[in-house]
Amino acid sequence: MSAKAKAPRRIGFRITRLRIIALFLMMLGVFIMAEAGGMDGETITTLKLDSRTTGAASGVGDIAVPTAAYLLIVGALFILSGAFNLVEARATRWRRLSVVLISLCGILFIPTVIIAAAAGDETNLTTIIAESLRLATPLAIGAFAGIWCERAGVVNIAIEGMMLFAACFGFTALFFLRNTALPLETAQLLAVTIGVLAGGLIALLHGWLSITFRTDQIVSGTVINILAVGVTSFVRREYLLSTEAGAAKLANISIPILSDIPVLGDAIFTNQPIFFMMFVMLAFTHVVMFYTRWGLRTRAVGEHPHAADTLGINVNRTRWINVFVSGMIAGLAGAWFSLEATGSFNDGMTRGAGFIALAAMIFGKWTPLGAFGAALLFGFSESLGVRLQMVGVDFPVQFLQMVPYVVTLVVLAGFIGRASPPKAVGQPYVKE
Amino acid sequence: MPPAPPVLEARGITKRFPGVLANDNISLTLRKGQVLGLLGENGAGKSTLMNLIYGLYKPDEGEILVNGEPVEITGSKDAIELGIGMVHQHFQLVDVLTVTENVMLGNESTSGPFLRRDQARRRIVELSQEYGLNVDPDALISDLPVGVQQRVEIIKALYRDADILILDEPTAVLTPQETRGLFKIMGALLERGVSIIFISHKLKEILEICDAVVVLRRGAVAGHADPKDSTERSLASLMVGRDVILDVEKAAATPGDEILNVVNLHVLDDRGLPAVEGVSFGLHRGEILGVAGVQGNGQTELVEALAGLRAVADGRFFIKGDDMTGASPRTITEKGVGHVPEDRQQDGLVASFTVMHNLVLSTYYRDAFSKSIVVNDRAIAENARELVRQYDVRPPTINNLAGELSGGNQQKVIVAREFSRDTDLLIASQPTRGLDVGSIEFIHKQIIRMRDEGDGVLLVSSELDEVLSLADRVAVMFEGQIMDILPIELADKDTVGLLMAGIREQPQAEGTA
Repeated sequence: MSAKAKAPRRIGFRITRLRIIALFLMMLGVFIMAEAGGMDGETITTLKLDSRTTGAASGVGDIAVPTAAYLLIVGALFILSGAFNLVEARATRWRRLSVVLISLCGILFIPTVIIAAAAGDETNLTTIIAESLRLATPLAIGAFAGIWCERAGVVNIAIEGMMLFAACFGFTALFFLRNTALPLETAQLLAVTIGVLAGGLIALLHGWLSITFRTDQIVSGTVINILAVGVTSFVRREYLLSTEAGAAKLANISIPILSDIPVLGDAIFTNQPIFFMMFVMLAFTHVVMFYTRWGLRTRAVGEHPHAADTLGINVNRTRWINVFVSGMIAGLAGAWFSLEATGSFNDGMTRGAGFIALAAMIFGKWTPLGAFGAALLFGFSESLGVRLQMVGVDFPVQFLQMVPYVVTLVVLAGFIGRASPPKAVGQPYVKE
Repeated sequence: MPPAPPVLEARGITKRFPGVLANDNISLTLRKGQVLGLLGENGAGKSTLMNLIYGLYKPDEGEILVNGEPVEITGSKDAIELGIGMVHQHFQLVDVLTVTENVMLGNESTSGPFLRRDQARRRIVELSQEYGLNVDPDALISDLPVGVQQRVEIIKALYRDADILILDEPTAVLTPQETRGLFKIMGALLERGVSIIFISHKLKEILEICDAVVVLRRGAVAGHADPKDSTERSLASLMVGRDVILDVEKAAATPGDEILNVVNLHVLDDRGLPAVEGVSFGLHRGEILGVAGVQGNGQTELVEALAGLRAVADGRFFIKGDDMTGASPRTITEKGVGHVPEDRQQDGLVASFTVMHNLVLSTYYRDAFSKSIVVNDRAIAENARELVRQYDVRPPTINNLAGELSGGNQQKVIVAREFSRDTDLLIASQPTRGLDVGSIEFIHKQIIRMRDEGDGVLLVSSELDEVLSLADRVAVMFEGQIMDILPIELADKDTVGLLMAGIREQPQAEGTA
């Protein structure tokens, strides 16, 4: 080697992804401890597990948490695991420990937020769990809709629009059917079906534009979203405004036996039908995608359509069917807003849930289980916001509402890494 | 012994694409248990013909017979049912799926709607053992080296009971040793009655393995040959249409001062994973350092880093003794570096610009071509006319769009631009990939001319023959590292081939630079 060749300068401290998370954890730890510092040592927070509907005690005892002590311990844990990861130990054993520490922080985070928010008061855990799940419903179902579409290689940013169409037409159907001789349950069932079909029909428009005419899929989706706002508010003004528009919500169903389980039975197994459909769709999407012929072909078409074509698979037909199914699932999510949650239709009532569903799909790495988990986190965020407003904390609520999102972002960016979408997503398939 | 019965015949196949006659009245016959070589330059119509047989295109005229029966193949599904299997030049494998899933795709064993992976898996293991393919059915495709991916493609065809196998340029991505392995597998297939169409532009391989050869030129059959009484030279002239000089003539190198010095260079790839891991070497004026290696072993990232197009993660490099680590491409260009990039359409040219403007992409800002903010088109045209003549770009008009030229002429435009500047160091990456024999000859001559004029040349190529015939020293890259640097006298095909596969023979240590 020539005389010029000197040993390269080593950078002593690299800023890695893990170190950023570590710093973030330490900051959170300091924040939590500061919170504890401003608190009376005697403060006790009570977590209750009462029935959310009747308020009756569930028979499971309340949990009393000495708040200041708890927060101090958790804060210390955050700082410790942050410091631990900042060092970035090389030995496997230490690495494993740092992963355990970080996971522990992740698990403790949500209870800590609840306890810190309710400090000195009592809060009903059952309600929080049930509300989180309930608010996650349209997000999770919407995310499954996205998975059906994108796994086949078609971007679907029109979930929002499909939901809105479904919410509108489902409710319109109920609006007209409720005054007929049909029993309410039948009318509601028909209304949900019409909502689902409306989603499917709009999806066909998406397919027509993006598969047949190879329009840019983002443009096609945007067109549908804009169209949805216009058409649905027109329908509302024209047909729904005249009367005091409001109809009965879908009724609760209690699953026999399971609904008798303490706490969980009340939080989960007594609920409305679309809520239960979320779990059905979760299982359905997961099984179809990973255990059936259709799922295998769908994934192949979304990853490498030409390879699928050389094996005799009809790429565009596969995409058409997936887009249609996706639309119907999005329709179900839309029906949740008007038929299950409110029993009415308002302009833009989906308020961006379709986009949050997309985010959940991406956070979940295009897998149904992951998307479901992400949707739950978003649902929790929303319910927490509502909760905090009710408790009336002296901290800007918006910031507290933000925290779970920020944590999600950091944790996902740190641990799960860059999400990689199906490779052929967004590309129309052109047979040479 | 009477000739084996024909299993596949094409008669008078014609296929037109807008403005191009891709296949012109082509006929060929494949006999049972034989290998038919299909030889031709890029763009001669080999792949089109095979895609017609595999049902991906429809012929405009002509007919295809399988086992003596005329058949209509309207899609790959029909071809598969007729027992035709194809291993495409670019593998048709889904990266994120396992071997089993890829093999069963489109032909799934199921019970009800559910996949029976275990059934497919069992069959893959059987096939793998029968033909010595040695493939793990549970591996993810993205984890497999290309040689194994190719075997997965072969299994895919066998799984569908193919008895006619089309191999489209199968050796282009393989090391010499892997090529041996492939030939052995082909032998096993032939023994069991499979017939093979073997597409290649490598003359040696065609001569070695084929029972009959059809040579294509410009979409038509240029001739039939019997490998037993053909030579590389006779096949080459049949393929090109004139006599070709296959060997590169060059004088011995006379190395001068060191012009490029790379010290422990680390570079990351697009995914942020290490692609170049601690590469060090020196390059002198008046010599060609060839970098051999199977594609994807860090060569691309190394070249991009040296050209200033990719960040260096660690280590340094010096040009003419000055540290150029982290310098901008413009600074490096101004330092006297010419760069022929690997992907000419993506990185070498602006397809929608004219030839004349493409010829000044790296010099347009200089006083000769622009005054303050206005470019001087007259000077640019002047420059272009001269270069087009010198470098034999066809058609020789300077107002054609670069994208309209053939691959060979596009490459000549790039070479003209980079070689005509006042350079001291040339970095040429895959300079002749996909070109016809005539253009290859021309570009090789130009590279040697630059060397003789005192430039240092870094030649990166995945064509081992190219490296061995041009280079004065050969560096072999494997998984981001340089396995060894051999003087050309010590670099024979077998030694380099082993190094390309990551196998280092300990005793021969004195060849390092």
